[in-house]
Amino acid sequence: MAGGGEERNQRRGTWQPYAMLSPGMLWMALFFFAPMVILARYALSEPRDRFSGKYDLTWRFENFTEVFDRYGEQFLRSFRYSGIATLLCIALGYPLAYWIATRGGRYRNLLLGLVVVPFFTSYLVRTIAWTTLVGDEGPILGIAGALSLEGALDSIGITTNGGLLQTQTAVILGLTYNFLPFMVLPIYVSLEKIDFRLLDAAKDLYSSSRRAFWKVIFPLSLPGVFAGTLLTFIPASGDFVNAEFLGGPNNQMIGNVIQNEFFVQFDFASAAAISFILMFIITVGVLVYARIFGTDELSV
Amino acid sequence: MTTTARPRRRLGDLVLAGFSILVLFYLFMPIITIVAFSFNDPAGKFNLTWSGFTLANWSDPFAGGDLLDAMVYSIKIAVMASLVATVIGGLVALALSRYRFRGGALINLFLVLPLTTPEVVLGASLLNFFVAQDERILFFDVSRGFRTILVSHILFCVSFVAMTVKARVRGFDWSLEDAAMDLGAPPLRVFAKVTFPLIVPGILAAALLSFALSIDDYIITTMVRDVGGEPTFPLYIAGAFQREVSPQINVLSTLILIISVSLMASGSILGALRQRRSMA
Repeated sequence: MAGGGEERNQRRGTWQPYAMLSPGMLWMALFFFAPMVILARYALSEPRDRFSGKYDLTWRFENFTEVFDRYGEQFLRSFRYSGIATLLCIALGYPLAYWIATRGGRYRNLLLGLVVVPFFTSYLVRTIAWTTLVGDEGPILGIAGALSLEGALDSIGITTNGGLLQTQTAVILGLTYNFLPFMVLPIYVSLEKIDFRLLDAAKDLYSSSRRAFWKVIFPLSLPGVFAGTLLTFIPASGDFVNAEFLGGPNNQMIGNVIQNEFFVQFDFASAAAISFILMFIITVGVLVYARIFGTDELSV
Repeated sequence: MTTTARPRRRLGDLVLAGFSILVLFYLFMPIITIVAFSFNDPAGKFNLTWSGFTLANWSDPFAGGDLLDAMVYSIKIAVMASLVATVIGGLVALALSRYRFRGGALINLFLVLPLTTPEVVLGASLLNFFVAQDERILFFDVSRGFRTILVSHILFCVSFVAMTVKARVRGFDWSLEDAAMDLGAPPLRVFAKVTFPLIVPGILAAALLSFALSIDDYIITTMVRDVGGEPTFPLYIAGAFQREVSPQINVLSTLILIISVSLMASGSILGALRQRRSMA
């Protein structure tokens, strides 16, 4: 939705807004829209021969079906991992945001700061630290061992042969970790706007605390959950860092496949076709999701 | 409040607080690891398993020249990218909120698109775009390296800047500018004394966000880089993971953490002091 209407006393622009927009829009046209067109061109091209690295546009739509057949598994895996990570982010992030918003008092900003501070270190360094944490000699397996939980963890599929590194658990753990603040912050923002006297009102009308929360507070906080879900799910589904460092050969996500097609196989047509399918699925998913849970949050 | 409801609620509070503290602990687990391993005396080339305490790594925090070079290179790119992105993205935000004009809704949609595109797809499109010059599709020559990284970083920052600034100036009453002009202020003065102070917090927030996004970007950068060329900090770390993970990475990361936390803390203390003074 256009930002219009919410601003007060906007001017009627003749040439000025267009002049102000032009550098930014020019940049986007040149480095977002043009590359997308080129990407589409590659996705419909065929290599000219085996050696030149040149591609001819032949409108080969089979590129799409071929990569989908070849990498369907990785597509599904990516959405499964990022879906589980997003749900975990809600399960971990909502209570934390709720606690800070309602019980934080004057320490609210400090607590929010604590949520953000870990992200002052580099993404890569943090992910490498996770390889230590989930490693065979790391503290997580150490604690599990001390509690003699190894067998139990193995049987419910959390660990594989007693290991955590190079398993899907490690990848999902890393994804959840790396995107958790993007869930906590929007949920916090929408909770902060709620007038919590509504809870008292609900209780005066003989609602139980639990019912008051689910019927009053939770629906009002949905815009935050919605924004947080997009901010978590979209980057998580295209991520290849966690799968690369924490996963094994059986945990490769679609981002790793794109990366591999470009830099190992040098198959630019397939890489472009996969990228397009990924973007298409995410766009459709976002639109459907917005239709169901929709708010205007997307156009903040 | 009934007496029976009380203990139950207190228990619920306790559970909520306990759970939240556990989640905070989860967020800090890698940070504790990073700081702890800056004091590790690794047995081999990989500082990934604990083998003994040492202060040696801290004797020269800036040892490991390549690592520092990569950091400096990243800072250089981040400063330039955030400057350009803040200017051109800020202008887009101001145009959208200050004026009513045809096509505003469409521009808003355009701004969201790069944000809903996964980074790996953005990177793929940019890589294809930069490579396409071999195919003589483009009429200019693009060799990958500093320029392609900078251009890409500016691109993904622009939308974030425009969104941030727009959110901050939301609801701003633009007739204040008219009021200033009615009182005889020339346009430049109006901008300097009325408009600029009001948009500064948004601009600053956007610039900081851009800097943070740029300096930490790995996914897009790894696709538009010159493979044999100078690495940014995240590229260096990823490369190091294959050869040698030195404790100097942990030392430098710990230093950066200390610096940014103290900057944040002093910022909020300054803010609190200013608020107190203005109330007095």
